[in-house]
Amino acid sequence: MTDEATPIPDYPFDQPHVLEPPREWAESRAKCPVTHVRMPSGDVVGLLTGYDEVRTLLADPRFSRDLSRKGAARLSNTEDGGLFSRTTEGTADIQEGPGHQRWRRLLSRAFTVKKMEAWRPRVQEMADELIDAMIAKGSPADLREELALPLPVRVICALLGAPSEDQDKFAYWSEVALTLTKYSQEEVDAAQQAFHDYASELVEQKRAHPGDDLLSELTQISDSQDGRLSNEELVSTARGLLLAGHETTSNMILKMTALLLSERERYEAVVADPELVTGTVEESLRMDPLAGVGIPRFITEDIEVGGEPVSSGSSLLVSLAAANRDARKFPEPDRFDPRRENNSQHVTFGAGPHFCVGQTLARVELKVVLETFARRLPGLRLRDTPEQLRQREGVAAGGLQELWVTW
Amino acid sequence: MKITVDQDACCGSGLCVIRADRVFDQREEDGVVMLLDEAPSPEDFEDVRAAAAGCPTGAIRLAE
Repeated sequence: MTDEATPIPDYPFDQPHVLEPPREWAESRAKCPVTHVRMPSGDVVGLLTGYDEVRTLLADPRFSRDLSRKGAARLSNTEDGGLFSRTTEGTADIQEGPGHQRWRRLLSRAFTVKKMEAWRPRVQEMADELIDAMIAKGSPADLREELALPLPVRVICALLGAPSEDQDKFAYWSEVALTLTKYSQEEVDAAQQAFHDYASELVEQKRAHPGDDLLSELTQISDSQDGRLSNEELVSTARGLLLAGHETTSNMILKMTALLLSERERYEAVVADPELVTGTVEESLRMDPLAGVGIPRFITEDIEVGGEPVSSGSSLLVSLAAANRDARKFPEPDRFDPRRENNSQHVTFGAGPHFCVGQTLARVELKVVLETFARRLPGLRLRDTPEQLRQREGVAAGGLQELWVTW
Repeated sequence: MKITVDQDACCGSGLCVIRADRVFDQREEDGVVMLLDEAPSPEDFEDVRAAAAGCPTGAIRLAE
């Protein structure tokens, strides 16, 4: 617990620079399992930074990620409280519990390891095409514009059956949806409405002209009206997949590249030995220094976290990135080691029933990107120093505004 | 070693399949874990232990 005399720090914490984690992570872990922080909304939440505590809480099905409940903390400074406090009409049933499991299993079939491996050649083709164009334009290039944004957008659009030329619209609507302090409530409302209308329209198109894609499949399931998926749930799913399918992966491509090129021996190791691609991707995910705000949980009964009492009605926030640097789980956590035995056990994709449904796809994309860079651009370098890199401020997802590379 | 899986707790991540595909598979219709071998041979022990430790929902139990 925070000592009454200590002021409550503001969250998210400041960082020395974008690739260097906030000092508060280690301090919080050393102090106690739950420390208190103040969100941009002004509300106070308990912050979890230890690996075991984070995993245990996320895996506990009793606690809700729905912060629209009475008494739950609000994260963002918009009136609606932000992403985790918003509700979409007609989708309450799929948020948690048996309804969530039913919904998730409809999606999981599209993201099995076998299905994702079958996608790999297509992802490779898209990556090559974008890298060809980048090379043709010449050095230096902003990797966000040339690859990190268009690749995940094309992949998720191909999977869903959506037109990828609408990339800039998705990117804008997604960023607004994730606001902590960057956008006003009016901008949020307008973007939410536009994104919803777009997704509804897309579903209608699939209904009229079904294709060989996930959205057409889900539309047919919804139309069978057997209670598996309502139309509201379907539209909300389409929107969620478009957002989650590109935003996080796009950020991670830039962060992985920055982590590797800022300490270039990490990159040179992969160039010399492509066998290290998987371990390097996992270690980049584990050491993500800009992992965003974390995941909240609303506590609905009195519990203990790491021996610390937490009372019913509290809101907790888990810092995935801080947990990934817990020395009790990852010895010498600040050392980048692609051969680390347990480095894929990071919690970057969460844990428990809401574990990222798209993580297999994200991992395929990251591996394709890194393997292709190492093979085709062994001379890849950052144009700027880590101190010059600018993070995206004021949104719940952590990322870089741009990343200029030379070769 | 004897393995049990809790299909109800499984979230379909497929991480166990990536780690130990001789022992685990996924159902095609919903991605839920299928146990191919509940008593694997010793050369698979290390991968199975890693799969159990890495399961995001703790759906894999080992008795050794």
